[in-house]
Amino acid sequence: MNYLSHVGKYFLMLSQVFRRPQRGRVFKEALLREMDELGLKSLGIIMFISFFIGGVIALQTALNIDSPFIPQYLIGFATKRSIILEFAPTFCSIILAGKVGSYITSSIGTMRVTEQIDALEVMGINSINHLVFPKVLATVFFYPFLIVLAMFLGILGGWVAGVTSGIFSHVDFLYGVQLQFDPFLVKYALIKTLVFAFLIATVPSYHGYYVKGGSIAVGKASTQSVVWTIILIVIANYFLTQMLLT
Amino acid sequence: MIEVNNLHKGFNDVQVLKGITTTFEPGKTSLIIGQSGSGKTVFLKSLIGLHTPEQGTISYDGKLNIDFTLEQKREWRQEIGMVFQGSALFDSQTVQENVMFPLKMFTKQPEDEMLDRVNFVLKRVDLENSNFKLPAELSGGMQKRVAIARAIVMNPKYLFCDEPNSGLDPNTAILIDNLVQEITHEYQITTVINTHDMNSVMEIGEKIVFLKDGVKAWEGTKDDIFKTDNESVVKFVYSSKLFKKVREAYLNETK
Repeated sequence: MNYLSHVGKYFLMLSQVFRRPQRGRVFKEALLREMDELGLKSLGIIMFISFFIGGVIALQTALNIDSPFIPQYLIGFATKRSIILEFAPTFCSIILAGKVGSYITSSIGTMRVTEQIDALEVMGINSINHLVFPKVLATVFFYPFLIVLAMFLGILGGWVAGVTSGIFSHVDFLYGVQLQFDPFLVKYALIKTLVFAFLIATVPSYHGYYVKGGSIAVGKASTQSVVWTIILIVIANYFLTQMLLT
Repeated sequence: MIEVNNLHKGFNDVQVLKGITTTFEPGKTSLIIGQSGSGKTVFLKSLIGLHTPEQGTISYDGKLNIDFTLEQKREWRQEIGMVFQGSALFDSQTVQENVMFPLKMFTKQPEDEMLDRVNFVLKRVDLENSNFKLPAELSGGMQKRVAIARAIVMNPKYLFCDEPNSGLDPNTAILIDNLVQEITHEYQITTVINTHDMNSVMEIGEKIVFLKDGVKAWEGTKDDIFKTDNESVVKFVYSSKLFKKVREAYLNETK
């Protein structure tokens, strides 16, 4: 019952999110600020992780297929597929759920416990729309670019691993990357990213907005929001894969 | 003028407000006092519309808040200024941005006009040259003054303050009290202050409402409070030896 009431409250919150902003110029400023906080400031970690994980995927694949009957270009092919299909959209979203999700919950939660949200309400401002809508738009517009960058850097990382380690040929790797390139897979990854971006913005906002208590409650809400966002990303990933690829 | 009639409010099984009836006049600083848990904050939050009463009415210059349409409610909220206990300044924004925020949200003034108004109210609360500081860089008293500046920037008809001088040293507390009273007189605002501070009661209490267990146990002015023989008020207000002596001195003087 408790879970059901949370689901109900979450959808009621969403009904308040998608309203016309009360003042365009304030909304525009908030949107740019959120793009910076939630998008640009996540660029570094996504670039760093994507590059090295791409390298590790390529090395692991190479080390596990040492049969002379399996062509080496399959290392590039498998790395590309792993990165485009799963690593970039799903695992980067999980990383973002941890980094951005805890930031969203703690910032909105702190506003709640320090009465800043009450201050907005007293002024006659729809606080949910004012606080959450820019975050949703910022993540939904920005994360596809971040994920495309993660794809590129992951594959680059794989190629660099080949060049530097000499375990596999980087020429074969590049051939494998270009082999049977299906643009729909990128589309599939971007559709998943949009759904995950929406979850990353809204689930932590929900946990922050309805927090009750003080700083400990905000900390607990941050942890819970990250856990729930990751759970929902994993569940959504399963259903989206079934819907789009089967 | 704010007229409160038979206000009831509870949470789950606990009845917090049990039929409060009172009025708050413009140009006067009205104080709500009472022990912790007496219902002061719930009463104040009901007055500003953060709590919906279960029974009873609140009218603002003759208009009942329950009859407000959505548009009227929005307009009414723009006539309200609120100073929260912890100031509730937006901590990611500078002093200037905090004070300018209501203007940006609700007016179509050009930036320079808004800036003039912000500078005017910051000067009014003695905070010139603090425009670009963040709330975290200010002392408690300065934060309260920024909160007051933000509350009055839209020229409100009603000003509500929740324990405006809690956590401040006595000197700063008196400065804040006097500032609120001056602004109330100057702009003929209906001001309602929630307080525990007996110095405030003696200093600026032009009307005092004493709440006990969710009911109005007494009301009067700061002069009446010296003369009252209401047991609950005497026990609450004159709980310290100092205030007992002040009261005795006042009563001897006026005999």
